[in-house]
Amino acid sequence: MKPFRYVRAHSVEEATAAHAGRAASRYLGGGTNLVDLMKLGVERPETLIDVSRLDLDGVEEFSDGSVRLGATVRNSDLAAHPLIRGRYPVLSQALLSGASGQLRNAATTGGNLLQRTRCPYFQDLGKPCNKREPGSGCGARDGVSRDHAVLGHSAQCVATHPSDMAVALAALDAQVELRGPQGPRTLPAAEFHRLPGDRPDRDTELDHGELITGVVLPSSAAGLPSAYRKVRDRASYAFALASVAVVLGVEDTRVRTVRIAFGGLAHRPWRALRAEEALVGQEPTDEAFLRAIDTELSEAEPLRDNAFKVPLARNIACDLLRHLAAAPAAPTS
Amino acid sequence: MGTDVFHSEVPMTVNGSGHSPVVDHRSTLLDVLREQMDLTGAKKGCDHGQCGACTVLVDGRRVNSCLVLAVSLEGCAITTVEGLRDADGEGLHPLQRAFIERDAFQCGYCTPGQLCSAVGALAEAEAGHPSHVTGPDTAADAPVRLTKEEIRERLSGNLCRCGAYPHIVEAVEDVTRAEPVGQDRSGQDADGTHGTQDEVDA
Ligand SMILES: Cc1cc2nc3c(=O)[nH]c(=O)nc-3n(C[C@H](O)[C@H](O)[C@H](O)COP(=O)(O)OP(=O)(O)OC[C@H]3O[C@@H](n4cnc5c(N)ncnc54)[C@H](O)[C@@H]3O)c2cc1C
Ligand code: SF4
Ligand code: FES
Ligand code: FES
Repeated sequence: MKPFRYVRAHSVEEATAAHAGRAASRYLGGGTNLVDLMKLGVERPETLIDVSRLDLDGVEEFSDGSVRLGATVRNSDLAAHPLIRGRYPVLSQALLSGASGQLRNAATTGGNLLQRTRCPYFQDLGKPCNKREPGSGCGARDGVSRDHAVLGHSAQCVATHPSDMAVALAALDAQVELRGPQGPRTLPAAEFHRLPGDRPDRDTELDHGELITGVVLPSSAAGLPSAYRKVRDRASYAFALASVAVVLGVEDTRVRTVRIAFGGLAHRPWRALRAEEALVGQEPTDEAFLRAIDTELSEAEPLRDNAFKVPLARNIACDLLRHLAAAPAAPTS
Repeated sequence: MGTDVFHSEVPMTVNGSGHSPVVDHRSTLLDVLREQMDLTGAKKGCDHGQCGACTVLVDGRRVNSCLVLAVSLEGCAITTVEGLRDADGEGLHPLQRAFIERDAFQCGYCTPGQLCSAVGALAEAEAGHPSHVTGPDTAADAPVRLTKEEIRERLSGNLCRCGAYPHIVEAVEDVTRAEPVGQDRSGQDADGTHGTQDEVDA
């Protein structure tokens, strides 16, 4: 590992000023991904700006019913928070399905959103990878691609985004709050991560040097039945092969609100907008669910090793929709 | 070793006593404990957060010390397996005794991490933290009763290459049963979904 400078930031302004957009500066959250990648030589920062003790570790409710999650709230505390468990169970469940107790105690909201792909070629300096080294090629495309994308991939990159939390945030229509040298801005969580296209080196729409300060959950999804389902190679402590986050509101035997996001299938959490559109106003029947999900997944283009992901994703999505259609609305307080 | 732009002095408490090691910014807590403080209980299994052998408690919370930069720990209180004690501060921690009674290890390499992880997991359950297998209707502010299924899930971040899992789960279960962890004051299940009488008596 290359030697680096370490700066502890005491305020958001201090953090962004210390970063100053320098190419080799990195913010440090819990370190569970960044330190790992530094050991592998994938990340080689000259300066680390520790933002983990910034005063952004609260979960607060606004008068309009929306809830703001600070960027440095630890994943375990977020999953356990009564407001999240009660009103946004999909988020609590997604967090608890990821990593381990030890990792969730360290991992932060901001760092979780910005964790990098687990593509083994990305992590191996001896292999070609357009994400790590633009123009070097993609090892996975013609290599072992079982864990890779089936939707939205490009000739340059077939990686998936590994975060479970981000899938739930996409389904909740959350907003990501950013602070850069030019001031604050917000981005919808569902558009925060990018598709690879011809710039797989860019995971997200974040500008270099911008700090994530928090995430806002709108009140519109609060208290609606919601849940997360994840399939992995072992019962616990493994990344998703496929996962799905669903928010479903049924009134007078019609679907009023539905939001579906898939994990493990693409370079970003995959909002199933076509399936959602097909379902609104329909009766929540098994056939309607199957038709809608098939519409969405019909654009899948599996790679050599991962065609199994398409029926897997369809089964968990339909099953979860059925389950939620039968569930009573969760309490709103 | 002095401080410069790549090295810092980091005041912290380790197993109850104050230390101010000068650390290379690249050093993880695991390396500082093992190489600079002669505390070799925490083990380096994978060095990438994948095995849990390096688990220690930082301010009472379990973390993988292989992924924590020591320089980030100014003012923190670290507890390693060497610092675990019973309530009187003298003998072995109840979990350590239960591991011995249940023969919850073979080679012992994962054991310090299992122990620190279990200490952290019991505190989390006591504070009402849910896990992936906790029922959605479980009360948010009551301690969670730790069934075998709960223990397995909560300790899934600790691998054991010897496969001592069944005895590890039993050892942790012994301790949860000895203490009022996971039961409300009336002795009733907080949630009604977990902890049948069978599990309690098993
Ligand atoms: C063995 C293992 C298994 C795992 N399994 C899962 C799993 O099943 N599901 C899952 O979702 N995740 C899993 N993870 C990943 C884990 O969730 C992430 O490592 C963690 O969420 C990252 O958060 P952090 O705070 O530690 O980030 P860090 O490592 O500190 O940072 C990650 C990135 O975010 C940047 N950053 C951090 N905070 C900010 C901020 N506020 N603003 C701007 N940039 C910032 C950093 O510069 C860095 O680039 C696993 C990890 C490991 C090691
Ligand atoms: S899939 Fe993406 S991350 Fe993996 S090797 Fe190809 S370019 Fe790199
Ligand atoms: S050595 Fe830290 S998790 Fe394996
Ligand atoms: S006892 Fe040998 S690794 Fe667990």
